[in-house]
This record gives sequence, C-alpha cells and structure tokens, in this order.
Amino acid sequence: MEKDKFDYYIKTEKNSWEIIIGLEVHAQVISNSKLFSGSSTKFGGKPNTQVSLVDSAFPGMLPVINQYCIEQAIKTGLGLNAKINLHSIFDRKNYFYADLPAGYQISQYKNPIVGEGIVTLDMPYGTKKVGIERLHLEQDAGKSIHDLSPDNTFVDLNRSGVALMEIVSKPDLRSPDEVNSYVKKLRSIMRYLGTCDGNMQEGSLRADVNVSVRKKGEKKFGTRCEIKNVNSIKFMEMAIDSEAKRQIELLESGKVIEQETRLFDTKKNETRSMRSKEEAHDYRYFPDPDLLPLKIEQSFVDSLKKKLPELPDQKKDRFIKKFKLSPYEANVLVSEIGISKYFEEVIKNADIKLAKNWIIVELFAVLNEKNLDIKDSPVLPKNLASLINSITTGEISGKIAKKVFEIMVETGDEPLKIIKEKGLKQQSDPKELEKIVIKVLENNSDKVSEFRSGKEKLLGFFVGEIMKASSGKANPGLVNDILKKKLKK
Amino acid sequence: MTNLNNSSLLEIVNLIKSKKVSSLEITKHFIKNIEKSKKLNSFITTCFEESLKKAKDFDEKKNFDGLLSGVPLAIKDLFCTKNVKTTAGSKILENFIPTYESTVSNNLWSEGAILLGKLNCDEFAMGSSNETSFFGNTINPIGKDLVPGGSSGGSASALAANLTPATIGTDTGGSIRQPASFTGTVGLKPTYGLCSRWGIVAFASSLDQAGPMTKNVKDCALLLEAMSGYDEKDSTSINKKKEKYSKNLSEKIKGLKIGIPKEYRVENMPKEIDILWKKGIDILKKSGAKIVDISLPHTKYALPTYYIVAPAEASSNLARYDGVKYGYRSKKGKNLIEMYENTRGEAFGDEVKRRILIGTYVLSSGYYDAYYLKAQKVRKLIKNDFDKCFKNVDAILTPSTPSSAFKIGEKTNDPISMYLNDIFTVPVNLAGIPAISIPAGQDKQGHPLGLQLITNTLDEQKILNIALAMEKSIAFKQSIDRWWE
Repeated sequence: MEKDKFDYYIKTEKNSWEIIIGLEVHAQVISNSKLFSGSSTKFGGKPNTQVSLVDSAFPGMLPVINQYCIEQAIKTGLGLNAKINLHSIFDRKNYFYADLPAGYQISQYKNPIVGEGIVTLDMPYGTKKVGIERLHLEQDAGKSIHDLSPDNTFVDLNRSGVALMEIVSKPDLRSPDEVNSYVKKLRSIMRYLGTCDGNMQEGSLRADVNVSVRKKGEKKFGTRCEIKNVNSIKFMEMAIDSEAKRQIELLESGKVIEQETRLFDTKKNETRSMRSKEEAHDYRYFPDPDLLPLKIEQSFVDSLKKKLPELPDQKKDRFIKKFKLSPYEANVLVSEIGISKYFEEVIKNADIKLAKNWIIVELFAVLNEKNLDIKDSPVLPKNLASLINSITTGEISGKIAKKVFEIMVETGDEPLKIIKEKGLKQQSDPKELEKIVIKVLENNSDKVSEFRSGKEKLLGFFVGEIMKASSGKANPGLVNDILKKKLKK
Repeated sequence: MTNLNNSSLLEIVNLIKSKKVSSLEITKHFIKNIEKSKKLNSFITTCFEESLKKAKDFDEKKNFDGLLSGVPLAIKDLFCTKNVKTTAGSKILENFIPTYESTVSNNLWSEGAILLGKLNCDEFAMGSSNETSFFGNTINPIGKDLVPGGSSGGSASALAANLTPATIGTDTGGSIRQPASFTGTVGLKPTYGLCSRWGIVAFASSLDQAGPMTKNVKDCALLLEAMSGYDEKDSTSINKKKEKYSKNLSEKIKGLKIGIPKEYRVENMPKEIDILWKKGIDILKKSGAKIVDISLPHTKYALPTYYIVAPAEASSNLARYDGVKYGYRSKKGKNLIEMYENTRGEAFGDEVKRRILIGTYVLSSGYYDAYYLKAQKVRKLIKNDFDKCFKNVDAILTPSTPSSAFKIGEKTNDPISMYLNDIFTVPVNLAGIPAISIPAGQDKQGHPLGLQLITNTLDEQKILNIALAMEKSIAFKQSIDRWWE
C-alpha cells in the first residue's frame, strides 16, 4: 500500500467496510527462571525436565514471585510509554485443562502492573498512534501433545509457569498492514529492551486478534470475534482478511455476528468457530491468596527508567538529525536493534551516505536472499566500512566495489585482501589512462568524427569502451576528464 | 520410671536432656500406646520402624541442641512429610507420598523431634467433627460416642489419649481451638504468617495457619517456638526474628486490660458456657487484670463471611486434584472431562463437594460482587473491629465453642448447625490474629469446655502469658480412664 493516504476499506457492490482490530499479544519474558519458581525457561529441553513441584502444582506448594520478571515488565511498560501501576494484584484464572496443573493460571485481572500507553507506527501515509490498554504478567500453561498416540494425550510441563506479558492494544488498528507494523514495532521495542526475544517460531510471541467490521463513516463498533493464538505476522494478516470478509458477507446477507472465539485454519485460510459466547469459560477470577499485592516503589521505576537503552523512536530521531537520513531510511535502520548496531558500527569509520545505501540496498538484498539475520551477516561491519573507504579514496570504483562485495558475501574475506588478490585496484594514473583513451579513439575514428559533428550521445559509448579496455578498473572521473579533453581537439 | 502418660512435653524434653530416659524408651512408650488405640482411629499412618530407628540414632549421637531433642511426635495428616504418605483425610490422596517435607514439620525435625505418624483429620480440613475423613471418624477419648472436634480431631484425640506428647494442627476457622476445647487440651492459632504454609495441603490460603496443640501452656510456648519462623518459600510469611516464647513466658498479667465482647453472648448458648466465661473473667480480675466491656459489632457477619471466603479459595485450591498428575484417578471415562468428573466425583467426600460447589458459585461471574467481593469487604470490617478494640485492650476473652463435644452423627445431616460450632473461632481467622483455647472447666456431663483468648497481630507472647496465668488459677484436671485399651 504505497499511498500517502490511508485507504484500506473492503469494497463490495453495496458498501465500503472498515476493519477494526485490537490485539492481545503474548510475549514471553526473557528471564532464566519461571515467574513463580526457580525452574529453567530454556527452550527445547526434553519434556518435563524443567518442572518444579510448584510448576506441577503439588499439594502445599506456593508461588514466589520472580523479581526479575517484574523488572522486565516495568521496562517494557516504560518502552510503551505507559503508566506503571505501583500497586498491582495477581489473580487466579480458574479452568480445568490437563496442561494447567493447578487448575488455575496466575494472571493479573483488574489491577495490571502496567496501564495505558502508546506505540507509534510509521505508515506510508504518516505516523499512526496505537493505544495500549494494559500490560499484565501471567504464567504460561504447559503443552498438550495430541499426535503422539491415537488414545492418549501427552503433557509437557516445561513451559508451565514461564512468565508472559500480555500486551493489550486498544481497538485502534485498521488494516492487516497496520497490524504487521504494530507487531513488528512491539517486537522491536522489546528486543531493544531485552525483555522478549520475539521469536515467533519458538512461540515467544503470539497473539489473539480481535476483529470487527463497520461501514465506512460509522461511529459504532460492530460485534467482534476473537481469533485465538495466531503465531506469525503473516497468519495474522491472512486471518484478519478472511475474518473481515466472513463478517461482511454475513452482515450484507442480513445476518448478525455472534460474539465468539475462533481459530484460524492456516491451510484453508479461514477462521472457524471454537466456542460461542454461551460456551465461554467463566474463569472465576479472584485475587490469589498465596501472593500479596505487588507494591513497587516509584524510586525503583525511576532507577529502571534511567537505565533504559535508546529505543527505536529516539534512535530514529537521532539518526534523522545527526546523520541527515530520510525518515524512511532511519526507520529501516532502527527497525531491528541488530541493524542499527550494524549501521552505527559501519559509520564509525566510513561515509554515512554510502553506508546507509550499501546496507539498505546491497546488504539487505543478500540477507533476504539467504534468509539470514543481520547478526549472521557474512559481511562484518568493519569489512563493509573498509569497502566503502576504498570507494571514497578512489581505490576502487562503485562498480568494482559490487564485485568485491559479492566475493565478501561468499568468502567473508576483507575487501582489501580481495582487491589485492584479484588485482581490482582502480587505474588512476592519468598517463596510463591517456594511453587507453587515445587507443580507443584511434580504433573508433569514425565515431569520433560523428561526435565532433554534434552526436554528443556517443560520449557514453567511448566511456564504455575505455572501461572495457581497462577491465573496469579505470577511474571513471579521470576517464571523463581526459576523454572530454581529447574529443575537443 | 516416671509415668510418661502424665508427663508434659517439657517434662519429656527434660527427661531426655537429663538422660533419665532415652529417646528410644519414650518412643517405645508412645508406640505401645498407639498400638492399643485402634478404637480411637486417631492415626491414618504410623511409621514406627522409622521412628525407632531415628530414636536409636538419636540416643547414639546424643545431640541435645534442639528444643525437642529426641521427642517423638505425631502430626496432622495435612502436613506433607517426605517419603511418608500424606492424605489430607481424602481418598483422592489415599496413596500420595510426598518427595518433600513441609517447612513447619521440617522445623520440628530440625529441633530434634521424631515423626511417630500422621493423624486423622476432616477431609482437606473441612469439618468440625472429624467425621468427613475418608479414613473414618476419630473418637474423642473423653467418651466413646463423642466427636473430638475438627478438623484437627485426630491431633486432639491423640494428644488427650497420650498417643503423642504434643502435636501440631492447622486452623482455618477454628480447627485447632475447637478440638482443643472438646478434648481438654491447649490449642493456639498463631498470627497469619507466623508459621509457614509451604508444604501444608491448602484448604483456604488466606485463613490457613498451623499451630501447636499441647497439654499445657508452657508446652504450647515451646512448640510454637520450634515450629514458627520466616520462610521465603511462602510469600505470606512474616519476615521477623524468631521469638523465645518459652524463655520469656511470664504469668504476671497485672494491669493488662482484657476486653469482653458483648456480641459473643449468642442466643441459645448453654448456661454452662456463660458460667464458664464469668469464671474466666473472675480469674483474670483476681490476677490483677482490668476487665473492659467492648463491642465487635460485625461479629454476626463473621460466619457467613467465612463460609464464602473459605469455600471460594478451597474451590480453586482443590482444582489441582484432577487425576492427571498424582493421587486417585478414576478408571472410568472416555475423555478428559469425564476423567475429571469421575475422579473428583468418586474421590471427594460430600462436605468437600459441598464447599467446592459453594466456592464455585460465589466466584461465578454475576455472583462475584454480591458474594465474594462483599465478603471481602465485611472481612475488612471485622478486622477493623479488632484493630479498634486493641487500641484499648491487650486481649479479648470469649468462650471457645458454643457447646462441649457433641455426639457422633449428631450434626452430620445438618451442615448449618455444624458450621455454627465455629461461631466464636472464625472471626479470628478472618482478622489474621492469634487466639488460644485453654481448658477452663467441665459441663454437667463432665465434658471439657474451653475459653478463648484473642490478642493483636504478633502478640503471641502476651497471649501465652495471659493463658499461663489463667491456667494456673483454673487448675483444670481431667482424668481419662483409657477405656479404649
């Protein structure tokens, strides 16, 4: 959607429909141990090897809050420009399931640790503010495995009790693109803060998506449906589109939307009903009597605030002001903490303008093609800086630099080594260049005459021939100067 | 040899320390008593082999550092004991053997005590007569047709019958004090948070508190000292230095102000209870205490409040008994839901089911505000009543129970009348403050009756001191003819 005005409406024969989306993002807190026990949170352990008596709800076991998780939640709250609630309460959410050992999940209901906040998105049509309703801490459940045996369900409690932050947005999102941008922004903020690794394949970040539709211009919200547990941004976008279309079809055929919980079938690209409002669980929330209300000192919040790293929005502003980047460029370079670090590393010793172009164009192309994270880039920042310096000093041309870069991608070698070994150094000796120019002009005397009689377009032809004759190594600037001088004669 | 059946805990501690009697001799004595006590049904599990081995080990090593060095003790079967079956009086935990030891029982073993066995109790501590236990009801040694009270009925019965020199129980709404009153023994419910709840099978988390049950007040001070203490594994545990209740025990209570709450004069209370209460007041006066009439206006709401808060928490606490991880699992059922239904249907008793239903109801959406939230507000008012009174008085004196021990089966079909037995004990749990029941007299039938002292938060020393002074003046005597042997 490369337009400068928001225009994401679903148009039918009769109407134009607006989609209203709110997200409940579940983000796993980065911490060595679980929210209420000392068990490890490491991903990928053998089933039931990271389970304490508390996690498996043995009789008489009691939860004790992990203070580090509290810090992580506060930091995240600060990163979302949100109000930190100095008094919050842990509640029990009661329901029966085989992977929920206690028969209740410890969560926060009426008094979450973080209140309202704001996340700013950069959309092609300008910035968009998305309201955060709240952030609360809760335990994850275990995992039920249904496909190992036809008659039994297996339960793995390694995940049981791991700390999650549930970040609830206001119903401020209006398109799959905005959802994409919002989730990426949240992930970026949490990665900057080191509070959630945002790894969607491992389930560290997943979302419940609330979708409703209304006719363009209408003020009242429609009835919403909640799509549970969507675990990739692509699936979120697909699910929203298909759910919105389902609702519109129902409404246009005179039917009503039932408020319900739905699941997204990624293979069929459609949502299906999981349970209706009548079947909805009554979770019987009440304050967990095993835990005292959580009291936080303002001074503690302040001390965390002081230690907060520079966040994407601040970094973006700095990049624009200090490095004269366009908002688009700055956005791209701050979107991932790894990218911003890479960029800042490169420009320590290299030209900013060249650096940003090389990263955004050449490096990203390679990373995309090879499906690599910036931290696994075959081209190290110092090597890219050295390559850029070779261009600015005139040692090699931009064109040769691309060749060198290709080799760097394959071998990971330093550019100077490649230039030397492959003899790619630019030809900048005027006398040598003059020889080549003269030779090319002699070989093409007919074209010289044409040029001199007014066909100035031929200049490019001569340059091309000269570059060819020098196997691309001729310094283009010098070639131009010499060529023009010779042609005038 | 000294008649160990007449010996208090403190005397036994001293007999062992002075090497007059070995731990093994004492352990054998109690084992012999227990073996002859089948009719009382006060034990669910015994672990004699292990107890004898530990007693022998003790006698060889002779480490007298602990407060309870070499003393054998039986404890309520609600405390999880490592490698010893822990049932909470329920079929659902009939064969549950913990791999861990509750903090409170561990504190006892650290002080040198030796586990004799696990004592019967109402299922998940829900009951006032020990009749809800899956393992059958316990008999009160006072009379073969009498209940010992509950839920720590096995503990009270075993103590009164000299099957253990002292014991520990838990008190959620009176479960230590009421059985103490029914058996002529001393029972203390400490301040909420003084004894760790870690490893105690939970009934109602915001009310549950472990406490000592002993033959006299000195023993009570000693046992409280041994079992209490801060525990970082319990978030509601109070972080404070351990007190030396025993050493600081004093019967000087001159000048203390004792409040008499008018709201505890309930309708249809037997005259004997009223007489007993007056006797207590007179004794306190004679000891130099000042008697003050006080009012705890929200007392009448305490029982209904309790019967909302406690079942609500219980309904959630007992959700973990689902047959998935440990404990009983029904063999019937085609899917997960049926497995839950059959497991819990088959293995929970009627009283537990009743409270789970009540608790689930009061927490349900649409009822939460009217019941649970309202109850929490009333709870606060009850606490405020006490706070206000303790600005003027040091302690409050009330009867422990509205009657003496009732007959087995007398109230089993009338839950409300059973619940009414907790009327004097419940407010204290709601307020989280300490209270003690001491034997103060007998009714016409010769059944013991208790008086209850209540003090402010963490005033355990004061409560023990007043109790000691009263105990001395009351000079309660009880002879039990060991009819069951």
